[in-house]
Amino acid sequence: MTTTIEKVIVAPEEPQQSVLRQSVLRRPKETTGVWSWFTTVDHKKIAILYGATALIFFVIAGIEALLIRLQLAGPNGSVLTAAQYNTLFTMHGTTMVFLVGMPLAVAFGNYLIPLQIGARDVAFPRLNMFGFLVFLFGGLFLYSGFFLGGAPNGGWFGYTPLTSAPMDAGFLPGRGPDFWTIGLIMLGVGSVTSGINFVVTILNMRAPGMTLMRMPVFVWMMLVVAFLTVFAIPAVTAALIMVFFDRNFATNFFVAAQGGDPLLYQHLFWLFGHPEVYILILPGMGIVSEILPVFARKPLFGYSVIVFSGIAIGFLGWGVWAHHMFATGLGPVAVSAFSLATFLIAIPTGVKIFNWLGTVWGGSVRLKTPMLFALGFIAMFTLGGLSGVTHAIVPADTQQTDTYYVVAHFHYVLFGGLVFAIFGGFAYWWPKVFGKMLNEKMGKITFWLMLIGFNMTFFPMHFLGLQGQPRRTYTYAANMGWDKLNLLVTVGGFIIALSVAVFLVNVIVTTVKGEVAPEDPWDARTLEWSIPSPAPEYNFAKVPQVKARDDFWHRKYTEDDQGRLVLRPSDTADYQGAVEERVDGHDIHLPSPSYYPLVVTLGMPVLAYAAVFKEPLLVIPGMLLLLFGIYAWAIEPGTEEH
Amino acid sequence: MSETTLPDLAHALESEISIHGHADTNTGATNTKLGMWVFLSSECLFFGGFISAYLLYKGRIVSGPTPQDVYNIPFTSVTSFILLMSSLTMVLALASIQRGDHRRFRIWLFATALFGAVFIGGQIYEFTEFYREGLSLSENVFGSSFFVLTGLHGAHVTAGIIWLLTLWGMSMQNKLHVQDSERVEIAGLYWHFVDVVWIVIFTVVYLIPT
Repeated sequence: MTTTIEKVIVAPEEPQQSVLRQSVLRRPKETTGVWSWFTTVDHKKIAILYGATALIFFVIAGIEALLIRLQLAGPNGSVLTAAQYNTLFTMHGTTMVFLVGMPLAVAFGNYLIPLQIGARDVAFPRLNMFGFLVFLFGGLFLYSGFFLGGAPNGGWFGYTPLTSAPMDAGFLPGRGPDFWTIGLIMLGVGSVTSGINFVVTILNMRAPGMTLMRMPVFVWMMLVVAFLTVFAIPAVTAALIMVFFDRNFATNFFVAAQGGDPLLYQHLFWLFGHPEVYILILPGMGIVSEILPVFARKPLFGYSVIVFSGIAIGFLGWGVWAHHMFATGLGPVAVSAFSLATFLIAIPTGVKIFNWLGTVWGGSVRLKTPMLFALGFIAMFTLGGLSGVTHAIVPADTQQTDTYYVVAHFHYVLFGGLVFAIFGGFAYWWPKVFGKMLNEKMGKITFWLMLIGFNMTFFPMHFLGLQGQPRRTYTYAANMGWDKLNLLVTVGGFIIALSVAVFLVNVIVTTVKGEVAPEDPWDARTLEWSIPSPAPEYNFAKVPQVKARDDFWHRKYTEDDQGRLVLRPSDTADYQGAVEERVDGHDIHLPSPSYYPLVVTLGMPVLAYAAVFKEPLLVIPGMLLLLFGIYAWAIEPGTEEH
Repeated sequence: MSETTLPDLAHALESEISIHGHADTNTGATNTKLGMWVFLSSECLFFGGFISAYLLYKGRIVSGPTPQDVYNIPFTSVTSFILLMSSLTMVLALASIQRGDHRRFRIWLFATALFGAVFIGGQIYEFTEFYREGLSLSENVFGSSFFVLTGLHGAHVTAGIIWLLTLWGMSMQNKLHVQDSERVEIAGLYWHFVDVVWIVIFTVVYLIPT
C-alpha cells in the first residue's frame, strides 16, 4: 500500500510515459542559482516566487494609493491631473486584486497545501510554474502600457461602453482598455491553471489517513477558492473578449443604438466579480483558522461548521452579484431576490466569526505577532461585514453607490481582512519557509502601526461617503466640509506605508542575522511543522500516516487519566518521533525542472502585443513559441529517471 | 491481444493500472483525468457567457439580416450530424487502442479528425454565405453574438483536430502504446465536450425560433 502511494506522490504528472522519453532541449538540472528559479517545478520555490512578485506589486499599488491620497489631501488638489488620477485608481484596483490579492493567496496555497496534506508536490508541477510565469508576464504586460501608449484607465471593473467604444470614439484616450482586457485575459489563464492544480492536488494527493474532514481548514478554504476561481474566471474572460471585439472589430455587444446592452457586461463582470471577493477573502479566513488554535492552545471551535460555512459561502457567493448593480434599475423582483441573498450570505460569515471567538475563548492566549494579526483580522473583518450588510438594504445602497462609503466597506474586508491575514500568515509561516524567525518586536510595531493607520485611513471614509463624496473623482471643492477628514485619511495612508516599511526592514534584518528557527517554533498542530525548517526539497522523508485531525498535535501530546494534557512519551509504538529527522533524500524521486513552462509563457506576451497593436506579423513568432513549448512539454516526462 | 476475452482484458487493464500507479490517487481518477474534468467544467461557464449574450440579443435586431433570413437548417443539420458521429468514432478509437488494436485505432482516430474537419469546412462555408447575404460581425447584434459564439466553438474544434492528428501521427510512428491509452481518453473527453457544446448551440441558436 505504502509503496504504491509513494509512487504516485513521487511522479505526480503522467507517470506512464513509456516510450516518449526524449526531450527537445537538454533537461535543466540546476536546483540552485539564478537560472534554477526560471525552470524550477518545486511548489515551495514557486510559492516564494509568487509571494515575492506579489509583494513588489503590493509596494507599487501602495505607491499608487499614496499618490491618490496626496491628490485628495486637500480640496482642489494639483498633484495629479484628472487623466493621471484615472490611471492611478484603475491600476491600484487592478493591481491589488489580480497582482497582489490572488497571487498572495496562491503563494500560501502553493507552499502549504502539499505540506498540510502530506504530499511531496502539487498534481501538475510544470503547470504550477506556468501559472506563476503567466502571472509575472501578465503583470509586466499590464504595466508596460505606461510606456506603450496608455496604461489602463477605465477602472478595475472596466464598465462598458466606456471601455468598449473604439479608440477613435475618444471615450478613453490611448490603448489603456486594450492593455487592460488582454492583460486580464492572460492573468485569467494563469489563475484557472492554478485553480485546476489545487483542486486536483487536494482531491487526489492526500497522504494515507488524511480524509477530507481531517484536512486543515486552510486547505479546505483553498479548495473552495480553487473551485470558485475555475468557475468565475471564464465569465469575465467571455466579457473581456466581447469588450475587445467591440473595441477593435466593431461588434455591437455593448452598443445600445444597435440593440446591444451595456448591462450585460456588468452582469458577466459581477458574476465573476462577486465570487472573486470570496476568492480573495476565503484564503484569509483559512490562514486565521490555522493561527488562532495554535496561539490559543485549543482546537478550532466547531471545525465542521467552519468548513461547511466556507462551502456555503462558496455556493451563495454565486447568487449575490447583482447587489453591485442596485443603482442600475434592475426592477423590483431582481432587486428583492439579490437583496435577500445578500442578507443570507452574512449568516455563514457570521457563524465563522463566532467560531473564531469560541476558539480564543478560554484558551491560554499567547499574543505573538501572528495572533495579533489574526485578532485584528476578526475585528476589522467584522466591521467590513457589518457595512457590507448595509449594502443589502436597497434604499441605503442606492444612496451609498459610488461614494466613499463603498470604498470604506471593501477596504475593511480586503485590507482589514485579507491583508491582515496575509501579514499574520507571513509572521506565522516565515520560519518554516526561510528557516529564520522574524523579529517579534518589529512584528508588533508593524501590527500596531498598521491597525492604527488602517483605521485612520478607512474609518473616516464611511462619513465622507455618507456626506456624499464620490469615488473615482480626482478632486473636490473647498466648501464641501470634507477637508479635515480627507487630510486625516491621507495621514493614515502614510502610517500604513510606514508599517509596511517596518515589515520590509524586519525581513532584511532577520534574513541577514535573524535567529535560526526550530522545526516547530509555535508548538503547532499541522503536518508542515513536523518537518525541518526550512522545508527540505522532498517535503517528507517518509510519507506521513495520518490518524487524526491536527495529527501533529496528537503525536506530541496525549491526555492523562484526569484529562490533562501531557507530553506523549517519544517511544510510543503508535507514533514515530514527532519531528522528522533531516535525511539525505537523494533517492526520493521528485519532478524534474523544465524549460517549457517558460517557453510557452514567452509566447503569450508576444500574442498579447499582437492583439493590442493589431500586428498580425507578431502572431507568427507568438504561435510558434506557444506550439513548440506545448509539444515539447507534452513529450517531456514529468520526472527524469535517475 | 485481440483474442482476449473481456474479463481478461479487464484484468490486464487493472494490473496495468496498478503497475503505473493510476488508481492509487484518493479519488481513483488519475490527476490528468480529474484535471481535464475540472478544466471542462470551467469551459462551460465560458461558453455560457456567449450563449447568454446570444439569447439576450435575440429579437433586438435594429437593421440587417435576421436569423430567419440566413439560417440554412438542413445544411447545418447535416454538418452537426457529422460532428456528432465523430464522437462515435472517437469512442471506437479509444476502445481500439485499449485492446491494443492499433490499426483500427488509427482508422477511427483519423475518421474522427476528418469528421471534425468536415464540420469546420461546413462552418467556413456557412460563414461565407452569411457574409455574402449581408451579415457581418458589425452589422447587428445578431451578427456579433452569432459569429463570436460559433467562431469560438470552431476554434475549439480546430484545436481538437490538431490534438487528434498529433496523436494519430504519434501512433503512425509507433510511439503510442496500450499503456498510453489514457492520453487518447483525455483527448476524447475534450472532443466529446466540444460536441456536447455544439448540441447546446445548435439547439438554442439554430432551432429555437425567435
